[in-house]
Formats: sequence, structure tokens, C-alpha cells
Amino acid sequence: MNIFNWEWVGRNWIAIVERTWEHVFLTAVAVVVGTVIAIGLAVVAVRRRRWYGPITSVTNILYTVPSLALFAFLVPFTGLSTLTSEIGLVSYTLLIIVRNTVAGVDGVSRGVREAADGMGFTARRRFWKAEFPLALPVIMAGIRIASVTTVGLVTITAILGQGGLGYFILAGLRSFFWTQIIIGTVGSVLLAVVIDVGLLWVERLLTPWTRRAAA
Amino acid sequence: MSDQAGAAGQPMISLQDVSKTYDAASAPAVESLTLEILSGEIVVLVGPSGCGKTTVLKMINRLVEPTSGDIEVAGTPVGEGEPHLLRRSIGYVIQQVGLFPHWTVRRNIATVPELLGWSPQRISDRTGELARLVGLDESMLDRYPGALSGGQQQRVGVARALAADPPVLLMDEPFGAVDPIVRHRLQDELVDLQKRLRKTIVFVTHDIEEAIKLGDRIVILNVGGVLEQQGSPAEILSRPANRFVEDFIGAERNLQRLALRRVAELRLKWGPMVEVSTTPEAAREAAAREGTEWVGLLSDGVMAGWVPVSELPESPSLEGLEPRPFGAVVSRRASLRQTVDAMVGSSQEMAVVAEDGYYCGLVDFRMVSEALGSQRGSRAGG
Repeated sequence: MNIFNWEWVGRNWIAIVERTWEHVFLTAVAVVVGTVIAIGLAVVAVRRRRWYGPITSVTNILYTVPSLALFAFLVPFTGLSTLTSEIGLVSYTLLIIVRNTVAGVDGVSRGVREAADGMGFTARRRFWKAEFPLALPVIMAGIRIASVTTVGLVTITAILGQGGLGYFILAGLRSFFWTQIIIGTVGSVLLAVVIDVGLLWVERLLTPWTRRAAA
Repeated sequence: MSDQAGAAGQPMISLQDVSKTYDAASAPAVESLTLEILSGEIVVLVGPSGCGKTTVLKMINRLVEPTSGDIEVAGTPVGEGEPHLLRRSIGYVIQQVGLFPHWTVRRNIATVPELLGWSPQRISDRTGELARLVGLDESMLDRYPGALSGGQQQRVGVARALAADPPVLLMDEPFGAVDPIVRHRLQDELVDLQKRLRKTIVFVTHDIEEAIKLGDRIVILNVGGVLEQQGSPAEILSRPANRFVEDFIGAERNLQRLALRRVAELRLKWGPMVEVSTTPEAAREAAAREGTEWVGLLSDGVMAGWVPVSELPESPSLEGLEPRPFGAVVSRRASLRQTVDAMVGSSQEMAVVAEDGYYCGLVDFRMVSEALGSQRGSRAGG
């Protein structure tokens, strides 16, 4: 039995590239929008501690809703659109990034905080100039996990007529055509690895002080 | 160099009937404390943990707001205006140093000038100047704090606090987290720095020895911020106001008093010292006059060492003898405590005082204990 048809790949490589690009696009939009919203929520949680509980509760519920059900729930309101996909994808990124941002900021040493106050930083300056940049390694770890998760979830948006490489998985399942399933699955996994490594590289660029012997 | 500083001796910081009660605690952390700190002096707040010394310090730059009472810095109530603006005009050094790990040393030092909106050129000039002032190698300026030793980090902490040339410096156990050798070096450096800068420094420590070494004035606080005694180190050591102060300064207070006095203040003995160019006969006479079994040899004022009288030759010259080195040698700047330590350490009853190899005289135990007896209340000069 020949489960992988190279000839099919050769005939469809333009579609594969296009679907890969769609996959990257859906993931990138979700992660960028999710990061912005999550950091906004984390800022609120850090400034006003009593909001931290409610914020994590809500993002936690969003995180635990089965993705298929969430998309099905959204379709009557936003249709089979990119918006529907992104609302779902973004909502899954929030919990991890909010929690990592708050944890990262909490992890900043008391000495740094006290020095910032003692030097005459305003609360806002202290957050953006000291606490936030020092939390970056933890925040970036959250963004990386969220990105990898999103790459996987994007395949499910195939049921909304998008799905990036997930399109091939869905099409392959319908016709039991293994080549499509493998292309969709392996492609999606490779994409997750590439994005993860890429973000690790971005993190290194953003946090040069973490390389100890820096000169 | 600090044009904002008032004339020396004028009050720079005043606390009037200041109290602080933290919400959670029923007992006050500080209770109606009145304190005046003069321009250009180092005042050390010292006491056991829970005595409110850090609270007192933090009320000066409003990291802690007093429950009641008035605090003024340079004649202006600190409660006026925004706390963050006040803090930019007051240097602040803490035990954890608190350097920003994500900024280079250069940028860390420039923290307050940057807040004050100085030009890049002025900041750059000032950073270099401060690095030299606190003894940091220029090559360290572009490193991150994580690459520095604890002592170097605290030098950067001091440089950062001095960056905008504030007249007042608050130091909260700044040398508490480094090892004793580095701590003593940093203390010496602070003393040197202060001779040049004449800042008004409020220094918090729980270490009475540190307080004695650094303070022009020591304020001893008891639990609850109760002021037990304030005065010069010499006053506190020679006339502890009460049992608490006595216990706090410890059983070795006389030894600590020795730390305040220097060899230069004593009238040194000449001792049985002769020039190598004289005769053995003159050497024997010197030993007989001083009642010693040895003579010291000098070569144009430079110490050569000592020889036992029994080894003095019958020949007309002292040349050719091989003098032994002295066991205890101290400089005129050494404290009497260091001097006693040198004597005890070398099992001698006296120490030789020399400056750059040139012989100055002898000091012995009797002179040291007389010096202690004659000293009442006045702070030793440096």
C-alpha cells in the first residue's frame, strides 16, 4: 500500500504553499491580538490585584471550552468568517499570556522595585521601564506556548472553510486520502517548531542581559 | 561640588515629633521622634531589628508616609508636592542594591539624570566622572550588572545615587549583603568619598562597629523607634546613656573606642634608635638609656631593623650587621585598635610607627591605655 503520493504533492504544491501562508497568517494575527489583549488585562491585574481573580477565571473558562463547540457557538453571530476563527483562536491565547505576564512581573525582585521607587519613578514608568522588560523572558515563554497551541488550533478552523494546513487534514479525512492528511499534519507540526524556534530567537534579541557574560 | 548643599552645620533634615503606625500593627513603629541632621554630616541610625530605623529613613523620601509629625529637607516640608519629584532630589542606596539588570552599568548610573532630562552629552560626562569617583573601571560601564561582583554592584549603586549630585543621601544597610572584607573596603571608600563630597548622609545599620566607623553622629534607636541616645561615637562609647545603649554597644566598647583614635594623635617615643653611621658604643648607650636588650638601626631615617645588644660588634662600625625586621609596624594613620592588633598579633609590647619606610617613633600599650583615659567626649580627628 502506498500511503504517500508524491505526484499529488507535485501537482498541488501551489495550494500547499498558499495554505501554509494562510496558516501562518491566522496564527500570527491570533497571537499578536491575543498578546496585546492579554498584556492589557495583565496590566489591570497587576495594578488592581482584586481584578486578577476574575480575569483569570474568565480566561480560564475561555481556555477550557472545547474549540469545536466555541466555533459552532460563534457561527450564528459572525458566520463562516476569518473573524469567527480569530475570536476563537485569540480567546485560547489569553490565559497563558495573562498568567505569565503577571507571574513575570511578580518575579521582579523587591530590590529593583524599591530602587525604582526610590529613584523617583512614577508607577507607570516603573512598570514599563523596569517590571515589564524584566518580565519579558517569562512573557515570551507564555507567547511561545500560546503560539504552538494556536498553530494546532488553526487546523480546526478548517470546518469554517479556512484552517491553513488543516484544510488538507479535513479533505483527506473525508476521502481517506492519506497524502493530504500527512501533508496537513506534518506541515502543521513543522510550522509549530519553526515558529517556536523563531520566537526563542526573538526572545534572545529582546533580552540581551540574560546572557550573563555580556560585554 | 554640590551647589545645592547648605552651609555645613546648618540643619539639612529635620524630623519633628514624627510617628508612624502601620495599619496592621497595633504598636507604633516609630513614636514621636525628633531629630535634626546637619548639612554635611553622616548620621547613622542604629538599633536592633524592629527599632524603626529603616522606617525613619523611608519617611524622609516618602517611601513611607508618617502617621503624624513634620519632616523637612532643606527647609521644605517633604509632604509638599509629588513624592517621585522629591525622590529624584535625594540619593538612595539599599542593601539589595536594586540595579536594573536589563540596563548596562552606564545606563543604571544615568537613571536619575535621565529622569531629570539631562542632555546625552552631560549624562555621558557625568557617568564617566562618577565611575572614576567610586573606583569603577571604565570597561565595566558597558556591562550588565549581572556580570559584576557584589562589591562592584554596590559601587554602581552609590554612583547611581550620587548621579544628579543630590545634597542628601539615604543609605539603608548598603554594605549588609557583601562579605566582611569587601564591606570594610566599601566603608573606607565611603569615608574618603565623604571627605570630598560633604553630603548629608543618613545611614542605617544594625552593626554598631559600622556606625562607629562611619558616623559623625550616631542615633541609637530602641524597638518602637524610641531614641535612646544620640551623640558622637566617642560620646556614646565613653558615656553610654543607659543600660540599653551599654548592652547594644557591647562589652568591647573600650576596644571600639580605640578605633576612633589614631597613632598620629599620640606623642610617640623615640626609643633606642640609632643611625647605622654611629658607633656600637653609642648604640649600647641608647639601649641602656631606654632599658632595652635591643637597638633599632636607621639609615638616613629609613628603618633598617633591629639587632640584640649582645650582637653589637666591638669594632668601631655598625655597618655589616644584619638587622631583623620589626614585627609590628603601623602607619601614623592607623587607628589605635589596629595598632593594638598589630602588637598582639606579633607578640610585641610595642609597635614601630613608620611612614613610607621612614621611622617616626614607637608606641606601646601604656601609651594606648593612657590615650583612652585622657579622651573624654571629643571625636578624634582623621
